[in-house]
Amino acid sequence: MLNRTDLIIKSQDRTDGQSISEYIAAGGYGAAEKAFSMPREAVVNEVKAAHIRGRGGAGFDCGIKWGFMPQPGARPHYLVVNADEGEPGTFKDRKIMEQNPHLLIEGCIIGCYAIGAHACYIYVRHELHLAKERLWTAIEQAKDKGYLGKHPFGKSYPVDIWVHTGAGAYICGEETALLNSLEGKRGEPRLKPPFPAQAGAFDCPTSVNNVETVAAVTLALRSGGDAFSRMSLLHEFNDGGVRLFGVSGHVKRPGIYEAAVGLTLRELIYDLGGGILDDRPMIGVIPGGSSCPILLPSEIVDVPGDRRFEPFNGKSVLDLPMGVDTFRSIGTMLGTCCAIVLSDAADPVLACRNLMQFYKHESCGQCTPCREGCGWLDRLLEKIVAGTATMNELNLASEVASNIAGNTICAFGDGAAGPMLAFVQKFRASFEDYIQSGGSKQTRRLAL
Amino acid sequence: MAFSLTSEQSAELEQIVARYPVKQAACIPLLHLCQRANGNWISDEVILFVAEQLNLSPSHVTGVVSFYSLLNEKPPGKHQVWVCRTLSCALRGSEAILKHCEKRLGIKSGETTSDGNVTLRTAECLASCGSAPMLQIDEKYHENLTVERLDTLLESLRSEPKGTP
Repeated sequence: MLNRTDLIIKSQDRTDGQSISEYIAAGGYGAAEKAFSMPREAVVNEVKAAHIRGRGGAGFDCGIKWGFMPQPGARPHYLVVNADEGEPGTFKDRKIMEQNPHLLIEGCIIGCYAIGAHACYIYVRHELHLAKERLWTAIEQAKDKGYLGKHPFGKSYPVDIWVHTGAGAYICGEETALLNSLEGKRGEPRLKPPFPAQAGAFDCPTSVNNVETVAAVTLALRSGGDAFSRMSLLHEFNDGGVRLFGVSGHVKRPGIYEAAVGLTLRELIYDLGGGILDDRPMIGVIPGGSSCPILLPSEIVDVPGDRRFEPFNGKSVLDLPMGVDTFRSIGTMLGTCCAIVLSDAADPVLACRNLMQFYKHESCGQCTPCREGCGWLDRLLEKIVAGTATMNELNLASEVASNIAGNTICAFGDGAAGPMLAFVQKFRASFEDYIQSGGSKQTRRLAL
Repeated sequence: MAFSLTSEQSAELEQIVARYPVKQAACIPLLHLCQRANGNWISDEVILFVAEQLNLSPSHVTGVVSFYSLLNEKPPGKHQVWVCRTLSCALRGSEAILKHCEKRLGIKSGETTSDGNVTLRTAECLASCGSAPMLQIDEKYHENLTVERLDTLLESLRSEPKGTP
């Protein structure tokens, strides 16, 4: 159900961003002050009640993650905010950092207190210069107001926040690669365990959370965890609150829209996104960043044995509320909740090739199946598009993708394999057309 | 010639190092600082300087530099242009934007104009998908591009004619 809100980006059309005085006038920093008057565990419990599913793509519950942090002891704890936004199709965190940075900074203060940390690093990808500038300014302003530093809100619980920057590597959005990068190393993912809650940044207990997740913590403390969760239409799925929905590609009004969790793809694409350019038919939608397998509008929800899915079974996947568990149940992922829409003008084989070029470029090279496999997929697709591949090579592409999935240290491999397998499976005829006739029945372009 | 920082930049270095519990963590921020101070690239001298400042081996710093795409191992042009090529931008015409850049600048992606003024590259998703097609020039994003706007942008990058102060 379409239920638009403006809690995260009040200043949606304000390119100059929200000032601290405006933010405070609207109740800003009240949530952090409230948190600082509560016991640490009570703050974590509020976040648990809010059912904030990680907004960075994995969908892990923020409160549960914070619950994994050990009791504060001799070793310092760290909060690390993942602002290395780079998943193709995803452009929501940038919006928060540029237009409502204080919502994030307030969340960082609450987060530090909740997990027993005194230091927070916001790892921003280097290209986002405006976001970094806005965050540094927000940090200075919050310091001046006494919300940060040695005695936030008059309590002797020091909190410091710094902006840290990457240097151009998609893989640093993976939390352990990000930690290596933060430590001044090559951004290669680490083997888990140990998990960051045991040994994260500088070998100390660490929680790594996405920008939007941390911003949502502020909202949860402001309204109360349970009330926040109940704003969602998927409260029953433990998927609470409001979030940002992105839509890009062949829609009339691409952009970021804020709504209660549980919006459907149809509402996102047709009501908010204004429908498909030139009112063309849609051939597919990648629901939440390029690593999520593509969905066809003709696909039907069929999840037997779970009464929560009863209202949706038999309906188009476009009418299923967008949630972490709902989308996992239909063979894709919600990811970052930023959809890429393909009209019939887009050639699905070229779209697949575009994405595999991305994965080849961004594989960190640490694990052989991913390093070699992504290169192999790219070369096979090059041959397919050139019309020189055989049917065996098309099958080989699926085989190579299957051999990447599950055989690597981090989820990047699965992120490359999943879309490849889905494209070949769902657009098999288009791939075969390239092999048989050089793609004579395809549009052979991506743009309109 | 050995690389060094100005006193102002050295003060910034101190500030950066103070943010972290270990010096090594300052590696990437310091590389950015030095890259800016060194005409936008990381020379062997810069690597030695960073290694010495942070008590790291030059091979560690070299490994870091070679990993990240925004640490230039060769001097780029005075202006750096990145055209986003990934799917959302491609669906909105990034290929035409890149071709137009190549035509106007007379170079291919990955090359630098002969006057050393502009380096043209493609970029993977720059988190600007809702305002595609887009490109980045130095530190600034230019979104919702049209060929006409692109022409104005490229024109503004032309090197000043010889003799102007």
